[in-house]
Amino acid sequence: MEEMINMAVKGKTKRNGPVLFSEYNRGEGIKTALDLSRDDILFEIKESGLKGRGGAGFPTATKWMLVAAAKSDKKYIVCNADEGEPGTFKDRVLLMEYPELVFEGMVIAGYTCGASEGIVYLRGEYEYMLSSLEDYLYVMKKDKLLGENILVSKFCFDIKIKLGSGAYVCGEETALIESLEGQRGEPRNRPPYPVNTGFMGSPTTVNNVETLAAVPHIIMKGGSWFKNRGTNKSTGSKLFSVSGDCKKPGVYELLWGTSINELLKIVEAENVKAVQVGGASGVCIPKSQFDRKLGYEDLATGGSVIVFNEDRNMLEVLKNFMEFFVEESCGQCTPCRIGNIKLLEGVKMIERGDYTFRYINNLKELGKTMQVASKCGLGQSSPNPFLTILENFKDEIFNTNLLERQVGGNGGKE
Amino acid sequence: MLVEEKNALSEEIEGYIKEYGKNRAALLPVLQAVQRKHSFVSDYAQQEIARILDIHPVEVYSVISFYSFLHSKPSGRNVVRLCRTISCDMAGKSQIENAIKRELGIEFGGTTKDNKITLEYTNCVGMCDVGPAMIINECVYTKLNPEKAVNILNEIK
Repeated sequence: MEEMINMAVKGKTKRNGPVLFSEYNRGEGIKTALDLSRDDILFEIKESGLKGRGGAGFPTATKWMLVAAAKSDKKYIVCNADEGEPGTFKDRVLLMEYPELVFEGMVIAGYTCGASEGIVYLRGEYEYMLSSLEDYLYVMKKDKLLGENILVSKFCFDIKIKLGSGAYVCGEETALIESLEGQRGEPRNRPPYPVNTGFMGSPTTVNNVETLAAVPHIIMKGGSWFKNRGTNKSTGSKLFSVSGDCKKPGVYELLWGTSINELLKIVEAENVKAVQVGGASGVCIPKSQFDRKLGYEDLATGGSVIVFNEDRNMLEVLKNFMEFFVEESCGQCTPCRIGNIKLLEGVKMIERGDYTFRYINNLKELGKTMQVASKCGLGQSSPNPFLTILENFKDEIFNTNLLERQVGGNGGKE
Repeated sequence: MLVEEKNALSEEIEGYIKEYGKNRAALLPVLQAVQRKHSFVSDYAQQEIARILDIHPVEVYSVISFYSFLHSKPSGRNVVRLCRTISCDMAGKSQIENAIKRELGIEFGGTTKDNKITLEYTNCVGMCDVGPAMIINECVYTKLNPEKAVNILNEIK
């Protein structure tokens, strides 16, 4: 039994790229950062062009500057380890294999922003790694990399780990803060943004695990080193969590600007019909667009790549995604709460062959309304798979005979 | 519920609150601790937590009802959560699902008669590269096939 747990725990990266997994010695980042002034660090981060790796892509330097400039006794650094996006598991691998990068990134963030407390919000599903992470924090404290007077400086910083309890929406930063405060994880109205009014009303930065992991490297090697990798608008590298129909699923570090074709070659995927980029809330790319490039300028993504081969029934896939959103919508705002249910009903109607194009077009309009009217990213992006799959695979979905679809493309089931 | 049981539970909750702090932010960790030990958060536990944290019991209930890993109704000693999101689904979730249902003789959402296992679905657990996956309590089991899944279930107590 032990063995099986370990198998999940020790999921190795399949490809270590030149940025995040370049050589790094424990403690180096903190040591170098403490010798620099806050402005120097902010300058390097800004120079690097580092953007949020969770999917939204907000410039990290801007976020830190706002918190650093805010006047408050208490400030918080929150690490968002609530990766719930279907098909994403890079944070799991990062936290298990490279906790030093993540925690040291938090300490550097704390030093830069003037915060003394860091919180890791770990999703409930990853409870199994809690004890090893806490052990690691203990070792860091013993080595004076954490706690009071870090490396004999005046700087004090502590990190706590808090567990979530199985709610996808808590990956949204304001919902995450609500959850930390002991409330239902319902997103807040923005503004005010967490950089002004965050955890307990104090200025708070919420950064993705992967964003924080990039920080020690940038401090050690400089912003321009990072910037010279990737593309103009998307600097550095990205961890891609690849799953689905390929021979080598796993976590890959690739430079931004890699095309889907190149990625598929690396993971040894054959007979690919479609690729879902960005998880359930991302977009579905058909074969004809496989030359598109991954990056903030074209296909922005939190790193989830799900591969579908020719045998998959795209309507089944879409149904799975919509069921996910119906389940995970927090129910606070109407477009998302009702909208997702209506879209799922629409998918089921198509499945039964009991639909009119007029109604499907109405549903597409509803999807577009949800994209603008929903309160948070969940509802704003949940119509994406509905819109892209129905558009890109309309031949398969609407033109094949109902019977043929049920017999032929059975979605890999019994 | 016996008076002694009530007192023991109150004492236990007070212990948790001492550990996590007497403020609203402690609510989730306290609920998780109670759930871990009793497999659900009973009405009485909810009232006690509310009393000590000085909030309305409804607020405690509203938090429990929000999070899918917290229960206000009794569940089995072990909660088995099978991932049903796309990658696990494509990797053969339905075969596992059917095998488990046949073996235990219950549907998802149900609990076995001996109160040993509650079956639930869950959304993506982040094991997409090694699916199909399930979580039993906090342990993760990956690369399941029907036989392996059933063997694991038969091993737990």
